[in-house]
Amino acid sequence: MSISVSNISKSYKNVTALQDISFEVKKGELFGLIGPDGAGKTTLFRILTTLLFADKGSAIVANYDVVKDYKSIRNSVGYMPGKFSLYQDLTIEENLNFFATIFGTTIEENYDLIKDIYIQIAPFKDRKAGKLSGGMKQKLALCCALIHKPEVLFLDEPTTGVDPVSRKEFWDMLKRLQKKDITILVSTPYMDEAELCDRIALIQDGKILEIDTPESIVKHYPKPIYNVSANNMYQLINSLNAYEFNHSVYPFGEFVHYTDSRTDFNPEDLKAYLKTKKLSNIAIEITKATIEDTFMELAK
Amino acid sequence: MLPIIFVLPLLQLIILSNAATFEVKNIKFGYIDNDHTSTSRALIAQFNASAYFNVLTNFPSEAVASAAMLKGEVDVVLEIQQYFERDLQKEKHTSLGVTINAIDGAAAGVENVYVTQIIQRFNKHLKVDLFSPSDKQVQPINIETIPLFWYNETLNYKTFMVPGILVLLVTMITLFLSGMNIVREKEIGTLEQINVTPIKKSQFIIGKLFPFWVIGMGLLTIGLIIAKLIFDVPMLGSLPLMYVYTSIYILVVLGIGLFISNFTDTQQQAMFIAWFFTVIFILMSGLFTPIESMPKWAQILTEFNPIKYFVEVMRMVMLKGSGCMDILPQLLKTLFYAVIMNGLAVWSYKKTT
Repeated sequence: MSISVSNISKSYKNVTALQDISFEVKKGELFGLIGPDGAGKTTLFRILTTLLFADKGSAIVANYDVVKDYKSIRNSVGYMPGKFSLYQDLTIEENLNFFATIFGTTIEENYDLIKDIYIQIAPFKDRKAGKLSGGMKQKLALCCALIHKPEVLFLDEPTTGVDPVSRKEFWDMLKRLQKKDITILVSTPYMDEAELCDRIALIQDGKILEIDTPESIVKHYPKPIYNVSANNMYQLINSLNAYEFNHSVYPFGEFVHYTDSRTDFNPEDLKAYLKTKKLSNIAIEITKATIEDTFMELAK
Repeated sequence: MLPIIFVLPLLQLIILSNAATFEVKNIKFGYIDNDHTSTSRALIAQFNASAYFNVLTNFPSEAVASAAMLKGEVDVVLEIQQYFERDLQKEKHTSLGVTINAIDGAAAGVENVYVTQIIQRFNKHLKVDLFSPSDKQVQPINIETIPLFWYNETLNYKTFMVPGILVLLVTMITLFLSGMNIVREKEIGTLEQINVTPIKKSQFIIGKLFPFWVIGMGLLTIGLIIAKLIFDVPMLGSLPLMYVYTSIYILVVLGIGLFISNFTDTQQQAMFIAWFFTVIFILMSGLFTPIESMPKWAQILTEFNPIKYFVEVMRMVMLKGSGCMDILPQLLKTLFYAVIMNGLAVWSYKKTT
């Protein structure tokens, strides 16, 4: 096991950040922590990277206890905080050199690990880190977190505020790193990224709702789910919310994801109802549940 | 940033040392001459001749003089009563009225001394002029004191102030920079990244503080050069001794700065606390006001003031030429302070958040 968390709880003055959290991450796994802002993801990262003490429970990272062997952990993990935390007044190369030095290594020694990522930012290596774009900052931060060849990589919301193209590139990089036997724990508020992980934990209000592979989590969705569309989105949502048999109504892109509370649900009934609400172009078809649907259902 | 660190304090040294003077000059002087005799005019002439007084007006009455003082037009009013000359000659005794604006008590005291000195000098000449030889037997014996001002013979104010202001600059710059530095890392978030690295507490702290130690020593060097070139302050003592003391002193200041940054979360908070302590330390350092004239409790408090020791040492070494043994008490206290402050700072610095 690369990471093993058992019964961790943590509260700040009167806010409970984490409540009895337990999970395990296998070696070489890409594990995702999925949850909205304020779910406790960053607190969990801080505990696992030895920056914070848990109130209760214990955790083991790369076979070291986070409290007793914190010094060894700092040598063998890479951490990329959610907020850009490199020296903005140093250039790309200087930042990388600096972090290599404090980990007692050199860029050359582990260059093969960061090569793929570094060549993308290498043309700007004399530019100050503060002057980089969001995507480049993330790539640099990832390089710095990898420079000492860590066994476990912690990435706290690495793609928040990054454009879609860079996000995709970033995930491709993570997939490649995983092949080099690095365990990756990544948190994200984006449900679409969840499907790229090997396993995910859905977390909300400091509690884990479910842990499984993205495919199984979706299969757990208890009800058939329908895409509903009509000419007037706003009125459609209002009408569905007012419908007496509704179970859940969530806008989802150009559709509304709808589930019904009855087991013998007939879409024609709903269509008839919506027509009485003066909606036209009504389309109702069954669809597959996504992780977002599952999350919403579990978080209810 | 680096030019600012060096240029501003040195401008401050030059401006402050020239402008912030305790010498009371250009005193606005007015008089009411009710006598109108040659003696009274001679007395006024004495004031006119003095470099300290600007003789402005001859007030017709006391009421006009009071009104002028109220408006701030005059600082000192001398009132010569009627029959001033006659009384002097007949009764060998008379009195003068002196009114001084004492809103600034210290200045009023100095002005009083100047006025008294001029009148005394006038008095001495008068004795020679007025007394006839037959009076010689009854002439009182006069004791005259001739002061000799050691270590600052000409009572040059700048000689006294420049070493003190230099202390102030070295202290302020190093305290503010070190106090804000680690807080700044907290603010930008770089500290979080650093804390996850295997870097040791002591390595990090030394790495953070050493540049400021160098800057402090650099400031001292440039300040001393300016003191010599522009103000011609005497440097009697040994320069290496001054550097040895300063190098220990800066450690104290850096320790305080680090301590502050451990207990604050933003640069604003750090700045505020650093200011609070610097103002207290400076006003209680003996830089501007002598410690001997402070109340007993305040004198005890100054024992904990590192700036006090630095001011003392700078003045002793530069002006008096004190040697290592003379400043040993200050040196030991500062060293003790440095150990305590840095110990506290390192102890309170946590690599966890």
